[in-house]
Amino acid sequence: MSLPLPVTVIGGYLGAGKTTMVNHLLRNANGLRLAILVNEFGALPIDGDLIEAEDDDIISIAGGCVCCSFGSDLTGALMEMANLSPRPDHVLIESSGVAIPSAIVGSVSLLDGFRADGIVILADAETVQRSARDKYMSDTVLRQITDANIIVVNKCDLVTPQALNSTRDWLKSCNAAARIIDVRHGVVAPEAVLDSFLGHTATSGPFHHTEHLEMRVFTPDGPLDVDALAQKLADDASGLIRAKGFATAPSGQKMLIQVVGARWETSIAADDKADGIVCLGFKGIVADLGEWYHLLVSNQGPPDPQSGALTN
Amino acid sequence: MTATTIYSARKIITMNPSCPTATHVAVREGRILAVGSLAELETWGPYTLDARFADKVLMPGLVEGHAHTMEGTLWRYVYCGFFDRADPNGKVWDGVTTIDAMLDRLKAAEADMTDPDAPLSGWSLDPIYMDNVRVSRADLDSVSTTRPIGILHASGHILNVNTKALEMGGLLKEGLNHPGIPLGPDGLPTGELFGPDTMTPVGVHVGFNRSLTDSDAQGLRDFGKLCVRTGVTTITDLAARLEPEGVDSMLQVTGEDSYPACVVPLQLFMGATAQETVDKVVALKERATDRLRLGRIKAVADGSIQGFSARMRWPGYHNGAPNGLWYTAPEQLAELYRLALAAGVQVHTHTNGDEATEMALDMLEPALKDVPNFDHRFVLQHCQLADAAQFRRMGKLGMCVNLFANHHFYWGDEHYRLTVGPERAQRMNACRTALDTGVPMAIHSDAPVTPLGPFFTAWCAVNRLTASGRTQGEHEKIAVDEALYAITLGAAYTLHMDGEVGSIEVGKNADFAVLEDDPTEIGAANLKDVRVWGTVQGGRIFAKADL
Ligand SMILES: [Zn+2]
Repeated sequence: MSLPLPVTVIGGYLGAGKTTMVNHLLRNANGLRLAILVNEFGALPIDGDLIEAEDDDIISIAGGCVCCSFGSDLTGALMEMANLSPRPDHVLIESSGVAIPSAIVGSVSLLDGFRADGIVILADAETVQRSARDKYMSDTVLRQITDANIIVVNKCDLVTPQALNSTRDWLKSCNAAARIIDVRHGVVAPEAVLDSFLGHTATSGPFHHTEHLEMRVFTPDGPLDVDALAQKLADDASGLIRAKGFATAPSGQKMLIQVVGARWETSIAADDKADGIVCLGFKGIVADLGEWYHLLVSNQGPPDPQSGALTN
Repeated sequence: MTATTIYSARKIITMNPSCPTATHVAVREGRILAVGSLAELETWGPYTLDARFADKVLMPGLVEGHAHTMEGTLWRYVYCGFFDRADPNGKVWDGVTTIDAMLDRLKAAEADMTDPDAPLSGWSLDPIYMDNVRVSRADLDSVSTTRPIGILHASGHILNVNTKALEMGGLLKEGLNHPGIPLGPDGLPTGELFGPDTMTPVGVHVGFNRSLTDSDAQGLRDFGKLCVRTGVTTITDLAARLEPEGVDSMLQVTGEDSYPACVVPLQLFMGATAQETVDKVVALKERATDRLRLGRIKAVADGSIQGFSARMRWPGYHNGAPNGLWYTAPEQLAELYRLALAAGVQVHTHTNGDEATEMALDMLEPALKDVPNFDHRFVLQHCQLADAAQFRRMGKLGMCVNLFANHHFYWGDEHYRLTVGPERAQRMNACRTALDTGVPMAIHSDAPVTPLGPFFTAWCAVNRLTASGRTQGEHEKIAVDEALYAITLGAAYTLHMDGEVGSIEVGKNADFAVLEDDPTEIGAANLKDVRVWGTVQGGRIFAKADL
């Protein structure tokens, strides 16, 4: 049985730059097959040079990626994706500007064979606060922001550093649990928004570095409370945006850990997986992971101060 | 010279104030040559006198400005509604007033089925008339455990299914955590599915999939029969997807010599950009025929009031439910309006809550300044909660409204008690205010949401009775003649068709509702009971008895 297909919802109000970001992800797919589902074709013009073929329902994109429009039938479109051969590695749902992302995640959660990987909301650094005060859209925009696991603040180059800080503070006040990443022109580290990228780059490289993000591989060298570890990784203080990998429970059971912002999940994994968790976070903050790892293991069993070395 | 037929009638109600009633109407080439006395009509030359309507009352063929052809298709499923309702073949199905009665009807239908795997589907269930009793999958399992069963509620927003259907849809499992899927004590879904997201995965196994909104050939023919039975000769299909095969099929069916109505399908604005939608509709307009009037757009601003998905202004829902959902962003609606105004394409916009109405008005006003279009007649559909100030604005902006008069009867009590509270419930579907503020108005059934039948719709607007028998909103009542205007010329005006249909006068289509009773004499309280003999559409005669 194949692993459930990860699904990321990309939301945010009109004009936030969802289209640009999706095109950027496609350009840097690096061998991953992405399936893009959009509410409406016209709203997501995949850059012309990426399009290989177009038929009524599906646009084929360079590198085995596809894009299809679901109109109002998201469930039907997801089923179609699951039946594609070869199967995509990751599904991105670009939701409409008025959609409530958690409702889309709710629908995804009903379907066997899919796993909601997280909600990434784009916010326009210049206009997001204004949209959040709009006569009609205020509550919708706020619901989108509070639904986010990761908020990508786009168009950061168009505002002053002070304005950017105040926007970030405001976003934090709306949604303290979300990780906030600043970008320009939708250029986000793919590993930061998509779980599949993280696993992919960890094994195959090259890693997509940006100015303020870094990736570490963290290898616990013995069994531990996997839920406690995942919870810790998801803590805001960890400085992590996402993490993915394997660890061994005290029972000896191999477990998969997946962390997106403050959201974490553990599930049973195959025994042949080697322990190791790929962590992506903000530069300078991730380095402290060793500290709390020691605390974690010292709280639960035979402490070994040398274990849990962080390697680059 | 082509043949002229003069029909004599007990009375002809023309809706033309120059000649409000007459005894004879002359028809030539499917159009009205003249109306008046026989002596007046004889001046047009040789004719054949046809006395078949001598004891009937003729009215202009009725115009239903908001319905869905899907009603024709749904009648192939088991009717589970609370109120008596006539099917396309004229059989009146008793309303089912208890869950046991519904289960008995389903069992009877199940016994007649030959394919053991075929789904059993029902429609129009409405437990609000049964003390909001909940239907469980165990109830439906008593009908069958081996074939999937699904019953769609009248609102269209809830689906009840049996265990087999849940299993086929992949939802018979523990650990589901979704607000639209209530769980039983066993941790498994109870079989009630709320909202399209939860309905879709199971719906496809019980006959309710997306394409149901595009009625197939048989559905469209059955829909035509319902038109004849209710005196309707012009009818909308208000939210069509208009896929190429669907358009071909509609062109073919409505082109059949025996097809009794003019169908006006509106392209739904969804899944394509404003520009693509307008371009598509401009192209479709070229393919329009006399009986398939392509070339209009339907946009949806918000959801429904009883589903708490309509967008409300302050103070919001009476029971404190959070505000509803936008289905289209203001910028998208504004763009659609601009492009459609420029292309001369009419847009009808679904707004239920008063905030959605306000948004549509706010988007149209600047668009009209940029792209003046003096006779755009953009229509707000449902527009159930608009207040007087909004109607005044609609009037100034040249908008029309099509109010959901039937809704007031079926769900008025619910709105009074739960959704909007007493004061706003009084003003819902404010026909009086619309007319007083100069907004051209139609009233509608939204069939299949409520039954097709313009005389019933007129009765609702005139009497404003709710299902429990209360008069709700005395002030918003309209007079019988105003209601009759709304279901003929009023509705025709909202479709830019008032020059062709909606009244009996020279040059217009020979479209008549042929009646046994005189709606102007029967009395306001009895308006819904006007008996329909059949229709004449484009000069072709359709007797209910011959369907
Ligand atoms: Zn409708």
